Amino acid sequence: MKRVLANPLACWGLGITVITLLLALFAPAIAPFDPDAIDVKQILLSPSASHWMGTDGLGRDVFSRMLFGARISLMVGFVAVGIATVIGVLLGAISGYYRGWVDIFIMRLVDVMLSIPTFFLILAVIAFLTPSIWNIMIVIGLTSWMGVTRLVRAEFLSLREREFVLSTKALGAGDLRLIFWHLLPNSLTPIIVSTVLGIASAVLVESGLSFLGLGVQPPQASWGNILTDGKEYIQFAWWLSLFPGLAILFTVLGYNLLGEGLRDALDPRTTN
Amino acid sequence: MMQYVLKRVLWMGPLLIGISLISFLIMHLAPGDITTTEASFNPKTSQESIQKLRKLYHLDEPVMVQYGYWLKRMVKLDFGNSFASHQRPVFWQTKDAQGNVTKGLIQEALPITLIISFISMMLSIIISVPLGVIAARKHKKWQDNAITIFIFLGFSIPTFWLSLLLMYWLGVIHHLVPISGIHSINYDSLGAVDRIYDTTSHLFLPIVIPSLTGLAGLTLFIKNGMLDVLHQDYITTALAKGLAESTVIYKHALRNALLPLVTILGLSIPGLIGGSVISETLFAIPGMGKLFYTAVLMRDFPVIMGILTIGSALTLVGNLLADIAYAWADPRVRRGVAG
Amino acid sequence: MRQCFLLLLFALAACSKPAPSTQLQLDSVYPSQSGGVLVDAMIAEPSGLIPMIAAESASSAIASHIFNSLLRYDKNLELEGDLAKSWDISKDQKTITFHLKPDLKWADGKPLTSADALFTWQLVTDEKTRTPYASDFKLVIKAEAPDPLTFRVNYAQPYAPALDSWSGLQVMPEHLLKGQDINTTSFARKPVGSNYYRLAEWKNGESLVLSANPLATQGVPKIDKLVTRIIPDPAAQFLELMADNIDVMNLDPIQYSRIVPARTELKQKIALYKELGNGYTYLGFNLKHAPFDDKRVRQAINYAIDKQELIDGVLLGLGEPIASPYKPGTRWVNPQLKPYPYDPAKARQLLKEAGFVDHDADGTLVKDGKPLAFEILLNQNKERITSAVLIQRRLKEIGIKVTIRQLEWASFLGRIKSSDFDVVILGWSLSLDPDQFSIWHSSQNHPGQFNFINYNNPKVDKLLEQGRLELNPDKRMKIYHEFSRLLLEDSPIVYLFEGYGLPAIHKRIRGIDNPAPPAGIGWNSQDWYIPEPLRRKEIAP
Repeated sequence: MKRVLANPLACWGLGITVITLLLALFAPAIAPFDPDAIDVKQILLSPSASHWMGTDGLGRDVFSRMLFGARISLMVGFVAVGIATVIGVLLGAISGYYRGWVDIFIMRLVDVMLSIPTFFLILAVIAFLTPSIWNIMIVIGLTSWMGVTRLVRAEFLSLREREFVLSTKALGAGDLRLIFWHLLPNSLTPIIVSTVLGIASAVLVESGLSFLGLGVQPPQASWGNILTDGKEYIQFAWWLSLFPGLAILFTVLGYNLLGEGLRDALDPRTTN
Repeated sequence: MMQYVLKRVLWMGPLLIGISLISFLIMHLAPGDITTTEASFNPKTSQESIQKLRKLYHLDEPVMVQYGYWLKRMVKLDFGNSFASHQRPVFWQTKDAQGNVTKGLIQEALPITLIISFISMMLSIIISVPLGVIAARKHKKWQDNAITIFIFLGFSIPTFWLSLLLMYWLGVIHHLVPISGIHSINYDSLGAVDRIYDTTSHLFLPIVIPSLTGLAGLTLFIKNGMLDVLHQDYITTALAKGLAESTVIYKHALRNALLPLVTILGLSIPGLIGGSVISETLFAIPGMGKLFYTAVLMRDFPVIMGILTIGSALTLVGNLLADIAYAWADPRVRRGVAG
Repeated sequence: MRQCFLLLLFALAACSKPAPSTQLQLDSVYPSQSGGVLVDAMIAEPSGLIPMIAAESASSAIASHIFNSLLRYDKNLELEGDLAKSWDISKDQKTITFHLKPDLKWADGKPLTSADALFTWQLVTDEKTRTPYASDFKLVIKAEAPDPLTFRVNYAQPYAPALDSWSGLQVMPEHLLKGQDINTTSFARKPVGSNYYRLAEWKNGESLVLSANPLATQGVPKIDKLVTRIIPDPAAQFLELMADNIDVMNLDPIQYSRIVPARTELKQKIALYKELGNGYTYLGFNLKHAPFDDKRVRQAINYAIDKQELIDGVLLGLGEPIASPYKPGTRWVNPQLKPYPYDPAKARQLLKEAGFVDHDADGTLVKDGKPLAFEILLNQNKERITSAVLIQRRLKEIGIKVTIRQLEWASFLGRIKSSDFDVVILGWSLSLDPDQFSIWHSSQNHPGQFNFINYNNPKVDKLLEQGRLELNPDKRMKIYHEFSRLLLEDSPIVYLFEGYGLPAIHKRIRGIDNPAPPAGIGWNSQDWYIPEPLRRKEIAP
């Protein structure tokens, strides 16, 4: 933990992610307006004292929508990555522990999934199902587990030959016990790093999908779909294009910094 | 090494089948199909014409049967004809009885996306190598920190946002680059040099923006690679032997650090192809991304299947080439030592 | 080395390109002259250019410049001859004889005769042709071309919408299409027509170029070339308009009333026009789902919606309320009908009569234990979404809970066609003939047909059937006035508004009829001209 705090990347990352989390968590309390409140007399107002980030094409307060958008983006990030991690850990563990045909099959499956351009796949699936938050989370989750699988498998492959594993096995420990109690806890570092970085990537994918109109649907606010509106009126309402983009940049930056910082801090090699 | 290559090539077949099967099944998740959109919403459309269409495209038969039809034709590289773009062939051109040639959709769209992706990648490499080396050499000094900040910004910036802002700033406010399309209206009346200029200025933003994000990853990778290599014993030995620092860095360290680069490039192909959707739709570039997006909205199954399959095939080939190049370059693998 | 060269090119490209000259004298008056290029943009690419096969708007927009029909509508939306110079209707109203203009030619020089008209009719009614438009023409029991200038069709019964249908059927060249499979012929990409323009070039995914047809049946258009660029993103289109790379664009209300007027450089070079289209937006009830089978509930909702608020909020005032399913200004609109006024008190009262009461004063109306709540289904059209939100608010005020669900177009169409919805917000885009049989007749409610709201009114059925048989315009008018009256009374849908088309056209384009006549500003586009000093300099003639 001390190592983490000593690492500048991780510190900055932690700071940013905590701020965004707090803003998202307390959005209902902080937001000055109801994010869905349409007021056709206040269309496209530039930032002012009452509307810090201006209003959009329907007169809704952009700042409030941004706060609630943070909730959506982060929620999608966490759940999608959660799904990906669970799948990845399971598959990676089985693959690395049991080896043989199971390993070959899972690795080929990973190859197949890695070969299909992911964004195309997500686009197609979302367009065919109804774009909804749950679908997006599940689909992003189902298409980003491959990295975790490989990492976990690599860890397992190297760990399983270590003495503590061999001796525990000799003492009669069952497979499941070995996997969950001994091997996994020692593989945590890459899993954590991968999860954090995965959140960054999931937020980017979600905002991209929302921007194309296939992500979070209006009237629910998401940074991506505020940008879609911003696109229409870019030469007139710069605030609609600037703030959501900055927010995405800031948030994703935070998670990337945190992830890379954690990797640096927790990587046993750099302690030399 | 031959064994290695052979094994990889043989695996490509089953992989492709796996990919196409997954793609096909996913497509049939869709409620609605081409007949829902094609007939559009015009009160004059008749029921019988919709039924005729369904029969023609085998849409009423079970999914696996439809897949079978598709597979049979795919083996001959016949991806069928587009539903939405009346009878234009999906992949390669066809000639009819009068000798009229109709070009294939992918045939026209793929080169554009490939060129953009390729130049983008080259640009990333050209800039990232020196940056990565500098960052490694000046590790923990201000140059490294500045480059690191730049890298992280590059990772984190949403490309569609950057594209939008630059399109507006450079295209509308300053008239430095055109806004959309790949050619100006008067392209045909331009001389050869003007034509090159015209195409380059149209493709400027679509190429530079993805390369900026790719740049970030590559720079980090090269920097870390260099750092790893620089700490190795043989480098210390070389320096102790009295070799000049720049020789050590460029002749020895860099070559070893660059080897994995080849693999990374291979792995980034699907990312480049997938990322083309947003940039091509925004900049009106008639490439694979835009083609795919339109096909998805129109439920144009043959085109969707064609692009997913060909895109994946390209990735597999790219990865194979990358791995072969790596295997050839790394003497350990070439001689079959501990692969 | 190659990389250096490429880098240099990039550097060059990034250097300043001269800004387009803005010293054009855009407000001077110029006489009409031939030449010049008009550039416009489309979101989607046409799938093909054979009108009867390629039904979507991108294709028909281009094809309408290339082909002619027997009849067309003039500036006041009255029928006049296009390829025909006159037509006669027999006394029993079952036969129409068209007399073609003499010396008509196709763009390739071959003569255009009644044989082509006959061939086109055979094509559209052929079982193998994949066209959605066959039904009107299948009613013709006999068609013949007794001489090259005469084309005659016989119907089993008088069919009033017939003339309108002939104005929509574009005549195809027999000499080029005979023996070809119309569904796959390369003619779709290399069409030959008889109208003002012919297809000069089609760059896939990029643009289509039409050039003036010197052999055009009606004379030569003033503007030499029409270039249509394919720009899928509407935001990019607007930017192109601002950068002077396209001349014409349809704006949305915000661009029209807030953005363009606020930028002086835009105001100086772009002229804004307003025209009424031929369609309306409505809120439709699924009449098979309770409580929408109760007329009082439907009328109540109609009273509870403030239509003027919708027009002001959604269209920024750029639209009109309607009370008949017809275009304002045409004879089919019943002048005595007025839209339901905004009257929440009346709405509440009607709902009370229907049994909906707010027992516990919590703001929701309840009947038999079930609250009055439903879902509005729509696609991703911004205007409709905004309307839905405003309607949701108004309905909440009288105690109805509304949820809004947006679907992507294909999924949306799927649910509509299988009548799987409560309430829908949608629009109709109509032909100029008043016949609306396929939308309102009780027989048209099978899956995939257009009476998906399941409207069933025997009196209306009868009127619709009569309207098809009556060719006398005045008598027809009475029939459809009565039809509109019954429809308004029954309120199976709530007419929300009819929006204006808002074209923005660069001031270099002259000869535009303003204010727009009933047919819209495009009716005389062949007479639009671009004065020489204002033409795009970069394009070689």
